Amino acid sequence: MRHLTLLRILVVVAAVLVIEGLCRIGVIGRFTMQPPSEIIRDLYRVLASGKFNAAIASTLMNSAVAFVLSVTVGISLAAAIHRRRIVREALDPLFATYYAIPVLAFYPLLIMLLGVGDAPKIMIAFMLGVIAVIVNTLNGLDRVPKVLVKTARVLQMSPVETAVRVTLPFATPYMLTGIKFAVAYSLIGIIGSEFILSSNGIGFEISFSYNNYNNSVMYPLILLVLIIAIALNILLSYWEKIILSRRGLA
Amino acid sequence: MNIWLRWRGAVILITSLLIVWQALYWFVGDIALRSPLQTFRFTSGFISSQRYWPDFYETFIACTLAVLIATSVGLATGLVLGFARIAGQVFEPMLVAIYSIPKLTLYPILLLVFGLGMSAKVAFGAIHGIIPIALFTINAVRNIRPVLIKTGRVLKYSPAQMAWRILIPAALPEIVTGLRIGFSLTLVGTLLGEMFASQRGLGNLLMRAIGLHNVDLIMTIALVVTVVAAVGSSLLLAVDRRLHART
Repeated sequence: MRHLTLLRILVVVAAVLVIEGLCRIGVIGRFTMQPPSEIIRDLYRVLASGKFNAAIASTLMNSAVAFVLSVTVGISLAAAIHRRRIVREALDPLFATYYAIPVLAFYPLLIMLLGVGDAPKIMIAFMLGVIAVIVNTLNGLDRVPKVLVKTARVLQMSPVETAVRVTLPFATPYMLTGIKFAVAYSLIGIIGSEFILSSNGIGFEISFSYNNYNNSVMYPLILLVLIIAIALNILLSYWEKIILSRRGLA
Repeated sequence: MNIWLRWRGAVILITSLLIVWQALYWFVGDIALRSPLQTFRFTSGFISSQRYWPDFYETFIACTLAVLIATSVGLATGLVLGFARIAGQVFEPMLVAIYSIPKLTLYPILLLVFGLGMSAKVAFGAIHGIIPIALFTINAVRNIRPVLIKTGRVLKYSPAQMAWRILIPAALPEIVTGLRIGFSLTLVGTLLGEMFASQRGLGNLLMRAIGLHNVDLIMTIALVVTVVAAVGSSLLLAVDRRLHART
């Protein structure tokens, strides 16, 4: 396992070095991209100057709100509709085709409904994330062994108590898959809407510096987004591994 | 009776969506929304007037190219990484990590590399689809029964023969699942690409409609795109389920 991580790091380092080389000898022109070493230096400058702190804070804050909303609403909805056959049957085609629908196309409508500001962005990110949470929670709830449900019945637990103390804890590993998606989707939704129409946030700053040919701000901010997304992903995978190994599943 | 049972879910879903839509319209009013009926009427005019056909055509071509590229690159990557275990173990988590990136942030880079136009949005669509297709293919190839691969070795198959005669047929159901998800994401990606990196196509039309606050047009494009995506994805889902049922 250890040497696999090492190999991975080597691959990344090699790729970065190749890009660095291509930039230095001019195969990739300066207007297209600066060498990675300069991007990293600029990233430090951008962060140290504090000019973009408000934008970064706003994007992260909105993503966090959207994430919490999609996870709480998603899990409670899934627990609520799990036993309702007719609802499940009606929602099945929606779940199957949902991610083919460009949710961002509804952003202009949401702006008209909710006004310019944080609300429509959070709504988009929520719409993207909540379905993944619902689908994966339902998947976990479907796998709860009958004996656990029967035990809950013997102990005369109420439906809510059964969900909170028996079925949902059992479904945690499956919910975690959905939660991972929710993290990714809340970032994608917020930054995506900031690109389309917004006056703050990292997405807005990236598209603004792109429109002004300001590569020394654009690339560092893109790098920052990549770092945040990948770091969150690694963190969640690690957590997932811990939970799975506790269950003896990994 | 059988037909009703089969379509009951979809019918209930569509009916309730229409009811919610109409209720929302009554609640919000004309400034921000149109009723379902008004939208359908405008949509039929929109489709039958030749004015927008070039945009449809442009989007259709871009999506087709992007799906083709995503499918071939994704399949090839998946087959190689699924078959070569160590490479697969090294790269799979990296692919998962890249998949979680908001790819919209990368569009300025693609624009700088490809310029404004067809190639940028095709590339943008393709990068959305490649990784899911590759990930599903990797897992599909890994789960092939080892005896099949050993048989291929005994028959001294070349890598190409191995892929074509053993890996792809054996892994087909899973690969189709990947293709279905890849198709959806490529569609979304191409449209997003058009919204930012193009001056033609439905995505660009949507951006212009946003700029002009043309509610009719926004609703119509959202409807058309949603219907096309839902129908395409449902067709692939039907193929998918049939293949899974066969094995």
